Amino acid sequence: MWVAMTAFVVMVVFLFAFALDTNRVRLASVFPGILWMSFLLAGMIGMSRTYAHEIPEDTLTGLVLAPGDRMAIFLAKLTSAFLFMAVMELLTTPLFFVFFSEPWNGEWILLGMTLALGGLGIVELATLLSAVSVNLKSAEMVFMLLLFPLEIPVLITTVEATTAILSNPVGNPWLWLHGLLAYDAIFLALPLLLYEYLWEV
Amino acid sequence: MNHVSANGDVSQIVVRAAHLEKKIGEKEVLRDISLELGSHAALAVLGPNGAGKTTLLRILSGVWGPSSGELWRFNQLVKTEGRTDPRVGYLGHQSFLYPTLTAMENLTFYARLWGLPSPTVRAREMLQQVGLMWSQSDRVKTYSRGMLQRAAIARVLLPDPQLLLLDEPYTGLDVEAQLFLDRTLMAYREAGGSIVLITHNVHEALRISDAVTVLVRGKLVWWAPTKGWTPERLTSCYQQWLRGGNGHP
Repeated sequence: MWVAMTAFVVMVVFLFAFALDTNRVRLASVFPGILWMSFLLAGMIGMSRTYAHEIPEDTLTGLVLAPGDRMAIFLAKLTSAFLFMAVMELLTTPLFFVFFSEPWNGEWILLGMTLALGGLGIVELATLLSAVSVNLKSAEMVFMLLLFPLEIPVLITTVEATTAILSNPVGNPWLWLHGLLAYDAIFLALPLLLYEYLWEV
Repeated sequence: MNHVSANGDVSQIVVRAAHLEKKIGEKEVLRDISLELGSHAALAVLGPNGAGKTTLLRILSGVWGPSSGELWRFNQLVKTEGRTDPRVGYLGHQSFLYPTLTAMENLTFYARLWGLPSPTVRAREMLQQVGLMWSQSDRVKTYSRGMLQRAAIARVLLPDPQLLLLDEPYTGLDVEAQLFLDRTLMAYREAGGSIVLITHNVHEALRISDAVTVLVRGKLVWWAPTKGWTPERLTSCYQQWLRGGNGHP
């Protein structure tokens, strides 16, 4: 999964690096937007299949039959999705800096935090929607239709936080990071409330 | 309350359902289901397509919870949202095995999931029992229907359950595979296990079970011990229910 996601992001990096005319476009202003849009699309590619391979032989029921809390299945899916996302972000973020000639201000911790919280926000919702839509006829369409609008807060907060971190002098990203934290907390709590009911959808 | 037990033993109740109802959306799938199943006993559930047989089994297994009514398993009340139990084995329409993994990998995975000691050893034992050792390293997606069913039975028997819930287990099996399943179920019953079997076939019902019941439109409409019944007589009786004969709800 992470290979496909990484390959997609690398393709986006190359495409934009060559397509944008640096004489006419100020790269610093579009850099965060391109970075997070490509991460979101890569996340969609990977996460839409989170539950799909449980369908052919109904292995999800096999997992449910095992002892323990059903929430563990969701949390395991979420954890693996987050790890895939994190690996992809770690591999491709340096490429963005190289190909876009983006100067680095040295705020590693803040950027790392934004990448982690943004990645978590993307996979939390994507994993939940993948679970909700798994038994539906038009699963992928429902997944895509719901994911885009619901991920808008993640896109806004991550892009604004990244812009603040990369600006010179460094701006204050905390307002946006707090918003991102709240979003992550909400979409971690929501499946805990809903998950028991999702099995019968 | 309809009760089925082996040799009249009513001391140990494995499953007790009291007035179970199940609604999915606005649709009432099960209505007022009451039954008791003793240890060592087997019950066959006959019914037309869409009668609610699979829903009944999913509720008995704990995968789903009932909308109302009470379900007791091994003298424990099951929570309303449903709860699975390691003493219950559920064989559904599908195998619950990952097609891209080998049979050995699948069974080892499930043995680990169930927290069984020595998962690899247990998986090997089960593959030996169902006669699939020769293909233990083959991916499950390359299996025939009969082989897949054998592997699924190995998965179900892995934690040594005391109650087996079988949803049309004979479907698509050739004669040899059917005989294998017969032998496995007989041996399981002799070892003290209880069975709820969903089937469309009266021969299977009479061969395996102590009692037979008919589920029509979510309701148990008829119940009888299998002793003394011939396949022809049971077929005729079952067809009457399917056609909406005397006493049809």
